[in-house]
Amino acid sequence: MPLSNRHLLGMQNVPKEDIQLILDTANTFKEILERPIKRVPTLQGKTIVNLFYENSTRTRISFELAEKRLSADAINFSVSTSSVSKGESLKDTVKNIEAMKVDMIVIRHSVAGTPYMLTKLCDANIINAGDGIHEHPTQALLDLYTIREKKGSFENLKVCIVGDIAHSRVALSNIFALKTMGAKVSVCGPSTMIPKFIEELGVEVIYNIDEAIQENDVLNVLRIQLERKAREYFPSIREYVKYFGINSQRLEKNKKDILILHPGPINRGVELSSDVADGPYQVILQQVTNGVAIRMAVLYLLGTLN
Amino acid sequence: MKYLFKNTTIINPEQQLSLKDFDILISDGLIIKIGQNLEYDNSNTKVIELKGKILVPGFLDMHVHLREPGREDEETIETGSRAAANGGFTAVACMPNTEPSIDSAEVIELIKNKSKSFIVDVYPVAAATIERKGEFLSPMLELKEAGAVAFSDDGVAIKTASILKRAMEYSKMIDLPIIEHCEDESLSNGSMNEGINSTLFGLLPLPSVSEDIIVMRDILMAQYTGARVHIAHISSANAVKLVREAKKKGIKVTAEVTPHHFTLTDDLLKTYDTNLKMNPPLRTHQDVQEILEGLKDGTIDCIASDHAPHSIEEKELEFDYAPNGVVGLETSVGIALSELFHKKVLSIEEIIMKYSINPRKILNIPIPSFAEGSKAEFTILDLNEVWTVDKEKFLSKSKNTPFDKRLLTGKPLGIFNKGKLFLNGEII
Ligand SMILES: [Zn+2]
Repeated sequence: MPLSNRHLLGMQNVPKEDIQLILDTANTFKEILERPIKRVPTLQGKTIVNLFYENSTRTRISFELAEKRLSADAINFSVSTSSVSKGESLKDTVKNIEAMKVDMIVIRHSVAGTPYMLTKLCDANIINAGDGIHEHPTQALLDLYTIREKKGSFENLKVCIVGDIAHSRVALSNIFALKTMGAKVSVCGPSTMIPKFIEELGVEVIYNIDEAIQENDVLNVLRIQLERKAREYFPSIREYVKYFGINSQRLEKNKKDILILHPGPINRGVELSSDVADGPYQVILQQVTNGVAIRMAVLYLLGTLN
Repeated sequence: MKYLFKNTTIINPEQQLSLKDFDILISDGLIIKIGQNLEYDNSNTKVIELKGKILVPGFLDMHVHLREPGREDEETIETGSRAAANGGFTAVACMPNTEPSIDSAEVIELIKNKSKSFIVDVYPVAAATIERKGEFLSPMLELKEAGAVAFSDDGVAIKTASILKRAMEYSKMIDLPIIEHCEDESLSNGSMNEGINSTLFGLLPLPSVSEDIIVMRDILMAQYTGARVHIAHISSANAVKLVREAKKKGIKVTAEVTPHHFTLTDDLLKTYDTNLKMNPPLRTHQDVQEILEGLKDGTIDCIASDHAPHSIEEKELEFDYAPNGVVGLETSVGIALSELFHKKVLSIEEIIMKYSINPRKILNIPIPSFAEGSKAEFTILDLNEVWTVDKEKFLSKSKNTPFDKRLLTGKPLGIFNKGKLFLNGEII
């Protein structure tokens, strides 16, 4: 059964069967990644452009690796190395890329909705690699894949997303995907970082991190932005660490059997203490490995749709 | 040149006038005779058959951006006037956020001179403060003498309570209103209404409380100073309630609403269509319901388009980068007739009050009347024509409408003003 949509713009409205299919397909690719020769000819002859308007080396490398392992021709087009910095419009850029006969575009952009706009501007399959504070679907999928590896199923699984929910594309994609799969989702963070109407999504809001640890099976801990602008939302890093930071004492005190995810890069000593970031509960590097398998699965399923 | 409009319905609630199947004879821009089966001289009279159509006192859109001087690539006084005529308006009030802004008699004179030869009257709204920066008062006395009909820093609210107080005290002297764009800038770093939809679409929020705070501030200041304040493009339910309560207390506050704010809601932004991006932003169904209530009970006095032309290149940008604003002159009346008249929110008399009578009362502009010897200034409407909005047919230079392809019932057919007739898209 193929995917129901020819683009992956977000996890909102992606049906359970599609998520299941992507996770199962990623299983196959993960096996391939364990082999000495990690390349398959599946997308041979397909051209994929990684159109990155925002610096994100990790996500770009993960996509690039996935593309190469599927034998696709991967081209990177990023702000610093292209005409975008000279002020070319999005429309012109996309028209130019399309004229080069491209099959898929992986886009990262700081403005929400830009991947959606791309679907109206060209015929390529569009994959959202993060748009503003909106969605980051492949991150959510790799998080789900990692959770499933460890926990087996999502039924009645309790997952809490911790941190700046209001300014996180990872949070929103996780909420949609986890809820679709049947998990019980909560968010935890300072109230200024929780969207005012989030409960309308069927998400519980917790302000006490100890409670969040006690009540959940999985914590997906987000990176706290330390720039000045983001700092307007909480009094100080010291206060954040004291009341929302996760350290081993806190984990010992509350509960032992908990799975900790983090999309990276980690601010050590802020959202996670170093002993937790390197400790037995976290699966942060597995997430990175799984990221390649998930992206291979998404690229493969979209690239072989028609 | 003489014109005879035959077999028309004439409605003017201000005159308590409602005539069916009447003729109206005009010579040199003046109404010569109103009656039935009027005689006329075949050789020099243009006869317009208007059976089933209605004539109403000329509509005035009190909130348009004509972009001249400064952004003539987006609109000019000429193209804006043609768009106004095509939309059924005999007059517009243009906002001062031009480049340079309308804060000197010279700019007012430029606008007055340029608009002189066009069929539409253009009434400049001058800046309340120099360059709309909220630091120093504009020369209001001189601006009024040059032709300003109100003062506003539109685009932004008057910056501080202290300069607002002085602007109100000073403008009160000459009985011109302060028109306020109500927005607390410290709460405004987003691009859509704060709600569940801003979370779903990942767009930074513009909370409605940002509007409400300034509406409240301005009402209190109007009460304190005794000056008149007019709330531009009201969009939030709370703001409507605040204006309603203030009116009950006798505070001199009036308000206008745009067609998009009484028709569209923020859930439409799921397509990230930049033609749905404006400030104030589209809000929720509850806000629209309160606005309709406010239109009905008279809390909201006027309908104004906030016509804001933008180039295609600018509107094609990513959502956050695209400028705020939509054109509205050529869809306003059709939307109002479809959404308010045909849906029985307002009667035709109430529509006329909100498009013609109330804006002129607020701006101290004489109200056109249907009387022998009066200046002929009217709008011709077909209340029942079904038509589809086609932005390619706009006479405005810009096409950034959220209403393209929308099916409407009720259409402005033309206007008569300054001795000239504009009918079905052209001067006759
Ligand atoms: Zn405004």
